[in-house]
Amino acid sequence: MTATAEPTVEFGKARPRKEDARLITGRSRYTDAITPSGTLHIAVVRSPLAHATITGVDKSEAEQAPGVVGVYTAADLGLEGVGLPCAWPVTPDMKAPQRPVLATGTVHFAGEGVAVIVARSPAEARDAADLVEIDYEPLDPVLDMEAALADGATLVHPDLGTNENATWVFDSGEAGTGTSVSDAISAAEADPDQVVVRRRFRQQRLIPAFMEPRSAVCDPTGEQITLYAATQVPHILRTMTTVTLGVPESKLRVIAPDVGGGFGGKIGVLPEEMLVVALAQKLGKPVKWSETRSESLLAAHHGRDQIQDITITAKKDGTVTGLDVKLLADMGAYLGLVGPGVPILGAFMFNAIYKFPAYRFTCTNVFTTKTLTDAYRGAGRPEATFAVERIMDELAVELGRDPMELREQNWIKHEEFPFTTVCGLTYDSGNYEQATQQAMELFDYAGLRREQEERRRNNDPVQLGIGISTFTEMCGLAPSRVLGSLSYGAGGWEAASIRMLATGKVEVITGASAHGQGHETAFSQIVADQLGVPFEDVEVLHGDTQISPKGLDTYGSRSLVVGGIAIVKAADKVIAKAKKIAAHLLEASEDDIEFAGGNFTVRGTDKGRSIQEIAFAAFMAHDYPEDMEPSLDSDAVYDPENFSFPHGTHLAAIEIDTETGHVDLRKYVCVDDIGNVVNPLIVEGQVHGGLAQGIAQALFEEANYDDQGTLVNGTFVDYTLPSAADLPSFDTRTVSTPATSNPLGVKGVGEAGTIASTPAIVNGVLDALRHLGVRDVEMPCTSQRVWRALQDAQGRSTQETPVDTHSPGAGLGSIDPNNPQGEVQ
Amino acid sequence: MIPSKFDYVKPSSVAEAITALRDGGDDAKILAGGQSLIPVLRLRLATPSVLIDLGGIPELRGIREDGDRIAIGAMTAYYDVIRDDLVKQHVRLLAQATETVADGQVRHRGTLGGSLAHADPAGDLGAVALALDAELVIAGADGTRTVPASEFFVDYFTTAIGEGEILTEIRFPKHTGWGSHYEKFNRTAQAWSMVAIAAAIRVEGGTIAEARVGLTNMGTTPIRATGVEQALVGQPATADAVRAAADHVTEGTSAPSDADAAADYREHLAKVLTGRAVLAAVG
Repeated sequence: MTATAEPTVEFGKARPRKEDARLITGRSRYTDAITPSGTLHIAVVRSPLAHATITGVDKSEAEQAPGVVGVYTAADLGLEGVGLPCAWPVTPDMKAPQRPVLATGTVHFAGEGVAVIVARSPAEARDAADLVEIDYEPLDPVLDMEAALADGATLVHPDLGTNENATWVFDSGEAGTGTSVSDAISAAEADPDQVVVRRRFRQQRLIPAFMEPRSAVCDPTGEQITLYAATQVPHILRTMTTVTLGVPESKLRVIAPDVGGGFGGKIGVLPEEMLVVALAQKLGKPVKWSETRSESLLAAHHGRDQIQDITITAKKDGTVTGLDVKLLADMGAYLGLVGPGVPILGAFMFNAIYKFPAYRFTCTNVFTTKTLTDAYRGAGRPEATFAVERIMDELAVELGRDPMELREQNWIKHEEFPFTTVCGLTYDSGNYEQATQQAMELFDYAGLRREQEERRRNNDPVQLGIGISTFTEMCGLAPSRVLGSLSYGAGGWEAASIRMLATGKVEVITGASAHGQGHETAFSQIVADQLGVPFEDVEVLHGDTQISPKGLDTYGSRSLVVGGIAIVKAADKVIAKAKKIAAHLLEASEDDIEFAGGNFTVRGTDKGRSIQEIAFAAFMAHDYPEDMEPSLDSDAVYDPENFSFPHGTHLAAIEIDTETGHVDLRKYVCVDDIGNVVNPLIVEGQVHGGLAQGIAQALFEEANYDDQGTLVNGTFVDYTLPSAADLPSFDTRTVSTPATSNPLGVKGVGEAGTIASTPAIVNGVLDALRHLGVRDVEMPCTSQRVWRALQDAQGRSTQETPVDTHSPGAGLGSIDPNNPQGEVQ
Repeated sequence: MIPSKFDYVKPSSVAEAITALRDGGDDAKILAGGQSLIPVLRLRLATPSVLIDLGGIPELRGIREDGDRIAIGAMTAYYDVIRDDLVKQHVRLLAQATETVADGQVRHRGTLGGSLAHADPAGDLGAVALALDAELVIAGADGTRTVPASEFFVDYFTTAIGEGEILTEIRFPKHTGWGSHYEKFNRTAQAWSMVAIAAAIRVEGGTIAEARVGLTNMGTTPIRATGVEQALVGQPATADAVRAAADHVTEGTSAPSDADAAADYREHLAKVLTGRAVLAAVG
């Protein structure tokens, strides 16, 4: 029994989110709002240096400071041997350094913890942190990935003997999913009727910048130790805390209360989370950590940071013949929970919507003395989509073709689905023609091309560029067997339970723990339809291992397409049980019972019982079939058979003021095909937020390090997140080609906007400038970079004066040339 | 983001504030709207021993007409400056620049006097005060004194306000009927100015009769673009004439370099933006 077979009442309804009243009015409880009585607070003393030997730690003054309970290093806590987990050994011979809870001996990135203060208040802990004297012997930082791989490079972890974490290769010729790309390139080079286009792209380092800083509270006073954490992954955190600290899983309860965003940035298992558990156990009192925003930008994991060397070959008629991808991916100083696998996720997406006959992907993960990288919205897929959508534009330029026409020539036609790609994935459904046609109309593609031509002809100081991105992605992580083949340290299933209460209300328990997505609303809509109960009667519970003991949490656009389907499966079981009781009570054969709109009726009669009546009958248990238990409650675990493959066409109109270099995003149109839509309002919100983050990579954001390995823009003054004032009103639409791989026909949407938008913007920037001689602009395409690119193109070489200023400026808005470190006098 | 420990006093008159400042010694800091100071405290870039909050002194707020001047209390919030009819009529450039400061929340809390006394060269209002020849009234233990804007901004974060003194009022000469424009260029919509140009122009019969141009973030203080002003006067209010005059804008500047903009780019921007500001002002 599925939603598509039911009269749909809730499915597709643009319901405002039920969680918003609580979240928007501040009535919510985030982790930092939880302070059990007697709570002690910690502050972490962090290294200001990227790479240094610790030669001494003097705690004496800090220990004497008001309110201080204790000052500890890893050795003081007996934690020197403890390493934080990496759950994704991408190759059998992957080099994995131990990532300590607190640095011992050597610090490997600026921001790494060296000691921890425990005090009676957060302010006293913070004050005392300044009093710990740590002596460092500086070592050379390792900052550049290519230099890090060169012979004789300073090693981040000398015991590993190399700065290379792993090299992961996929070759369609070897895998038998396509032909050899080496052959394709040789053939193209020898053939005057083919072209070879090579480009290097840079994925800059980004900071996830979730709204709620990270926080953890451990209360050791119950029989189960309770760990509250601002995390996306309470279930994984529970298991990994057991693995890391040896607390028996059964003695540990993890609660993720309302969590204020994550974007992948809260997927980790943190040193600070392990510290609060270890300290709470040691001291027998609740212990809390809440990071400052500066700590968050400095020490929470970063995202992206790749160098991409892309080679595409094609016939002169435009047919692509091969794609070769070589990546360097910066892991930072250590491996995050899934860090080494993030670039590998991209391996399956560089070929995107196109029919490449030959494909190779080679990724080398590199250690540097920077903050570690890990999942950030899209995780591997934005990088892949950027590279392929950029290179398709470059190929179009090379061949003198309209970039959309060239894409259409090479993409998988609607009638060719299901389609098995050159890397072996089977795309179940898609209709690139439909999404593209709607987007082109909505955008007025032809009209804007005419305007562009006119501006070029008139030598208008404001030039117009049109940026295209026709993306797809794989989401709904993930079929467990696929994860197994990639050596991932867990499955990809999700769990759900439905409890029918005596009064007919429904509790739905999901293992997909929301951190702002709107699970409570969307899942309630699904269950209301499945069980035929009012939306208001459904309560969705999650994020507490005591309530929801089984789950794999929220990331990779998996909640609906995996977690949602688990709920449907549980509902099917509830209905099957209820049907037996209904048949029993109605004195009919089970085969004659029909279920629709929440009522069980005997076929051909007006006799019936509502599902609420059946729930009550099951609760009373006075009269029920002998061959069953008196309960409708049901559990389900759903392991997806395939990923889902949302796609869409995104178009950006970019105006560039050639006098200043200012880039203005004038218009943005996207038509996304995400299959059937549960709640269009939530979808719109996801798309808008995703677009903002993807556009931010193209135009605004970058984590900058100086030559000593110090993060120089570690505040929101200089890490320039855009606000609504920097973005136009987006024109977002959806079309629906239902997924055939799940009973609701749904596809994920959480990452689509981020994945699609970045190349659309950069393609638009270059489309505006290419006729002026500009070949590339690195991300973020700031006004200064655009201006310099224009100067260079016109033969007026400019030189940036060296920047030696550190974040933040004392005045926040400016830098004192005499005092660039920013101490206010 | 927890500041170091400090004491806090909230005087109810200027005299009380001056006493508190004297009692507080070297490490006392004045809290106006707090939109720069609070972040600085939270980042521990400043660790004052005592904060003297001027928020409880009614006489420091408000806008009044004072002969040929508009007098604005130092603690008047940006928001009140922007919507004030006297300001709109006689000192429109001030309203125009103030409207570009940060975001709505900051404009409700931040104050004109706080911004000028903080003297961040990236702040927007110093260039306006300088261009319009504002006078700044400073109160101390020995009474009040008036300092012209041209002498007020001394260096990076340094003004003519002395030890134990408080900025109480800013007086702007009326520029009734002048054209004006504040041309701001920044990295994101609500960021500090990368470069900005404050221009007030009086045109008589198609010719520029008087010109006032101030620069934001082109040196360690706000800067008056006297070269541009001189080049503009007597010229026709045309694009070519204005752009030629704008080329003088970098005279006497020392543009900073940071990650968003190196000095050469700032200098280029200043020329382009000066042309635009003046042309918008002559409208």
